[in-house]
Amino acid sequence: MVSVLVFLPLLGAVSILFVPKEQEARIRYAALATALLAFVVSLGVLAGFDSRTADFQFVERYAWIADFGIQYYVGVDGISLFLVLLTSFLTPLVLLASWAEVQSRVKEYQFFFLVLETGILGAFVAIDLFLFYVFWELMLIPMYFLIGIWGGPRRIYAALKFLLYTMLGSLLMLVAILYLAHLHHSQQQVVTFDLLRLYQLVIPLDTQRWLFAAFALSFAIKVPLFPFHTWLPDAHVEAPTGGSVILAGVLLKMGTYGFVRFALPLFPAAAREAAPLIMALAAVGIIYGALVAMVQPDLKKLVAYSSVSHLGFVILGLFAFNVQGTEGAIYQMLGHGLSTGALFLLVGVIYEQRHTRLISEYGGLWQQMPVYASVFLFVMLASIGLPGLSGFVGEFLILLGTFEASPVVGVIAVSGVVLGAVYMLWMFQRVMFGPLTNTANTGLRDLDRRQVLIFAPLLVLMLFMGLYPRPFLTRMEKSVEATLARLDRASAQTVAADKRQPEVGRAQWR
Amino acid sequence: MHEALPLPSLRFIVLLPLLGVVFHVFCGARLGRGAVNAIGPGVVLAAFLLAVSAFFQLPEGGVLVDRIFPWITAGELHVDVALRVDALSAVMILVITGVGFLIHVYSVGYMAEDADVARYFAYLNLFTAAMLVLVMAENLLLLFVGWEGVGLCSYLLIGFWYTDDEKASAGKKAFIVNRIGDAGFLLGLFVLFWSLAEHGVWTLSFTDIEANASALSVGTLTAVCVLLFIGATGKSAQIPLYVWLPDAMAGPTPVSALIHAATMVTAGIYLIARLHFLYALSPAALSLVACVGAGTALLAATIALVQTDIKKVLAYSTVSQLGYMFLGLGVGAYGAAVFHLMTHAFFKALLFLGAGSVIHGMSDEQDIGKMGGLRTTMPTTYWTFAVGCLAIAGLPLLSGFFSKDLILEEAYAAPHGSAILWLLGTLGAGLTALYMFRLLFVTFWGETRADREVAAHIHESPSVMTAPLIALAVLSVIGGYFPVPHFLQAVFDQHHAAHVSFVVRYTPTLVGLAGLWLAYVLYVREPGRVERLSQQFAGLHTLLLNRYYIDEIYQAVFVRPTLVASQWLWQVWDTRVIDRAVNGTARTAAASGSALRLWQTGNVQNYVLSFLAGAMLILGYYLW
Repeated sequence: MVSVLVFLPLLGAVSILFVPKEQEARIRYAALATALLAFVVSLGVLAGFDSRTADFQFVERYAWIADFGIQYYVGVDGISLFLVLLTSFLTPLVLLASWAEVQSRVKEYQFFFLVLETGILGAFVAIDLFLFYVFWELMLIPMYFLIGIWGGPRRIYAALKFLLYTMLGSLLMLVAILYLAHLHHSQQQVVTFDLLRLYQLVIPLDTQRWLFAAFALSFAIKVPLFPFHTWLPDAHVEAPTGGSVILAGVLLKMGTYGFVRFALPLFPAAAREAAPLIMALAAVGIIYGALVAMVQPDLKKLVAYSSVSHLGFVILGLFAFNVQGTEGAIYQMLGHGLSTGALFLLVGVIYEQRHTRLISEYGGLWQQMPVYASVFLFVMLASIGLPGLSGFVGEFLILLGTFEASPVVGVIAVSGVVLGAVYMLWMFQRVMFGPLTNTANTGLRDLDRRQVLIFAPLLVLMLFMGLYPRPFLTRMEKSVEATLARLDRASAQTVAADKRQPEVGRAQWR
Repeated sequence: MHEALPLPSLRFIVLLPLLGVVFHVFCGARLGRGAVNAIGPGVVLAAFLLAVSAFFQLPEGGVLVDRIFPWITAGELHVDVALRVDALSAVMILVITGVGFLIHVYSVGYMAEDADVARYFAYLNLFTAAMLVLVMAENLLLLFVGWEGVGLCSYLLIGFWYTDDEKASAGKKAFIVNRIGDAGFLLGLFVLFWSLAEHGVWTLSFTDIEANASALSVGTLTAVCVLLFIGATGKSAQIPLYVWLPDAMAGPTPVSALIHAATMVTAGIYLIARLHFLYALSPAALSLVACVGAGTALLAATIALVQTDIKKVLAYSTVSQLGYMFLGLGVGAYGAAVFHLMTHAFFKALLFLGAGSVIHGMSDEQDIGKMGGLRTTMPTTYWTFAVGCLAIAGLPLLSGFFSKDLILEEAYAAPHGSAILWLLGTLGAGLTALYMFRLLFVTFWGETRADREVAAHIHESPSVMTAPLIALAVLSVIGGYFPVPHFLQAVFDQHHAAHVSFVVRYTPTLVGLAGLWLAYVLYVREPGRVERLSQQFAGLHTLLLNRYYIDEIYQAVFVRPTLVASQWLWQVWDTRVIDRAVNGTARTAAASGSALRLWQTGNVQNYVLSFLAGAMLILGYYLW
């Protein structure tokens, strides 16, 4: 079922290629139908998911490149389940949202979007590291084109920056992945990229450090963790609305997902050692992102920097190394995916009509478009973590977990919550409140039926996730606990092994 | 342990106003003003009736409980959505739905001209629901939901007339200042949670906190109490976070009455009363509460003396009265503080609604310098307003007399009390009478100072507005006879036994009367004298008129530097330092790679292809 889910969008993309590009409507409907079908399949995965086990479920495993020990090995667990759902949920909404915005090269746009979905889904479900890497790289290419073709005026610069930045990170990760396979070979005489078997490796601490650094850099760029974030505002500003939604909503989570799935459990001792540094960077990022977001004149840049701030919370939660922090982090990934995705969609609504994203161009929009403003208000409140909406649960659990790990960082992070309200409310005031002075805005149309259809499921889900998080948390619980237990056990082993035979250990790895 | 009686109907007290919200949002525009006007107050009345019924079902010394569903569970953390009503919560829900209903009714008249009445009642009903969650929450985290929820509604209602940028700013300021307090609240909650977790308690429910409070160290308790009190200073407008409340007067006046006088601003009082068992164990935290309360009571009273906007006077008066309640809490007189909370809800709601009636009758004029002589043109408003003034000034036999005197007696005689706190409170009582009767005399007595046009249109408000005034006036008179402190003994478990001397007991009343007399002298008998006094003490007068420049200081110390720093971080650090470093690296790479120009086809697919090929080579090298 997971394979069907992963490759359904690709299949859709390929079949779109056979439709003449003049039949835009048919292409759009085909793409939307594909994405909706994938969503239905993912609901099937949700329905069949067993929350009582930490193991991967819906596992499919075939030898792929047998000589190198590379397998096609996929499955979901409590950590990836909802990220998969988030992806399959957002994609049809985004396709629907770009109905009016994207008018040029419609066929290619739909094609790349569906390929992108396959790449993302594949990366979330891959259990074989090499397979993960292939999907990871596969995501980059359609995103590069989405920014480079349908983007704004500086799209080429932004697309290249996005690509090179991420490539730099993934290059190091690739080397580390290959080294891991080699390590397994020298310890167990078998080459494998099987994550579950690589988890069992006992890696000496100094080797862990290098490998962790390579993985962490790659993921930190993706997240993005301060100070590796400067590609993000450029990419967002230039990307078309749909690109921004997927970029902020899902792609960034690939970085935090990478930490919790790979970097932490594979290299637990090194991760623990690096935790103070990474938590410090995350805390700086929270404050820094919020402060810089506050003074942005451009709506999209503001939301982009707010993502830097919000993703800092996620990193904090992961590096708190406790259940509350980790579950909060995963929850925040979902909550942020919904709220920031929705924020980009909302910016897109007025950009489509006015072709500007400058806050100073707006003001008093509530009068002109009350439904739009109310939806915006709702989404903003979810984004700043108002209790009762999706953002709060994750933020609360993260802060609670962080506070146990480090009260100082906890205090800094809590002040980030205050700043979060400042930049959002100030932006909202300048865009929505006040008199409607700019005559260019008097022609703005409120949300139409199609747009209401896009936002309604987002709002409902934000409310549901805020009021009743149990269905989500219980499904995460076992996998999160297993990951944390693995972290504890493995880092104890490393320390013990290092004490026992430091010389042998070192000689062997050189 | 208290007896816990399950009562599943508790949830409907919260759900009814929420249904109102849903109605206003989805049907308000379609069904029109009449339906909104009926449903808005109607759901609150229904909630009030349910609250009364819950009140009568409350067993003596027991609690009513309604567990609805488990909310957040992570690891051992387990927090429910559950409601709980004991004597303290019962008083609160009766005040919230009772006074709230009267204000909803009044709003029908006050907002009669406003096109956006559905949005107004949606916010007002949402506020009622959130406030009820706050006081009925079974655990500290659910209380926080209500806590932030009322803050949100306050933000929305202050900025209700959003086309006025100043009003929108006032709403934003309220939200942000409250969030600063909320940060303290959250941190207090974290400290409490993790120190209870050490004792195997993972729920944050009040029952569990109370049962395990004595296991915590005094240092921990003090940290928790002080941090939570920071939250309380935000919501209940105390030093140093009171600055948002005067600005909050930008909202419609019934909102000021409901949210910024009777209910929301008392959330901080409720929080400390709810957690009195923690505060009782931390004398340091208690004295901080008492000192901040007494200090705020005096500071705000002095500012109120010279304000000329009728609502601003009442706003500072609210800040000051809340200070009294904190003073009461800080000396351990929790029952007295909650008693004053209730009487204050009556007379301050009355005063605000009276002010609203005046503003309504004077074509939206708020400057008392342009009023005067309303005694004859608005008689009902005048008489009820006068009752409110007498009650707040603590004139014998009216409600304020009982509750305020109780606080002051306790401030003197309670274990944590002292003569200094009593003296500060007594001084404040004199100031209260002075500024309140100044307001009464200047607004309602003498000749009218309004423009001819406005003066011609002055009218008494319709009965939908005066009826709530009369009801609240009656409550302000008789509220003092409700045996609230006795009723609350079930929760606070303390003996109400402050035996104080005759002098201590009656001096505040005499000082209050002196304040009244002074107001009469200055504003009725010898009107010129105020002018001379303010010239004589010009420096002090300017200082008070500008509210001690606190807002300007905050602006200069916190707001400006943050903005400047943020600009610098963005323009210099982000753009010039980090990004330039990144682009520099890229350029260096490009330059050194020029030798490999053949490879640089500019075609990304080729890059990726060679990338993967290289990967295979490396892999192959390792394997063979």
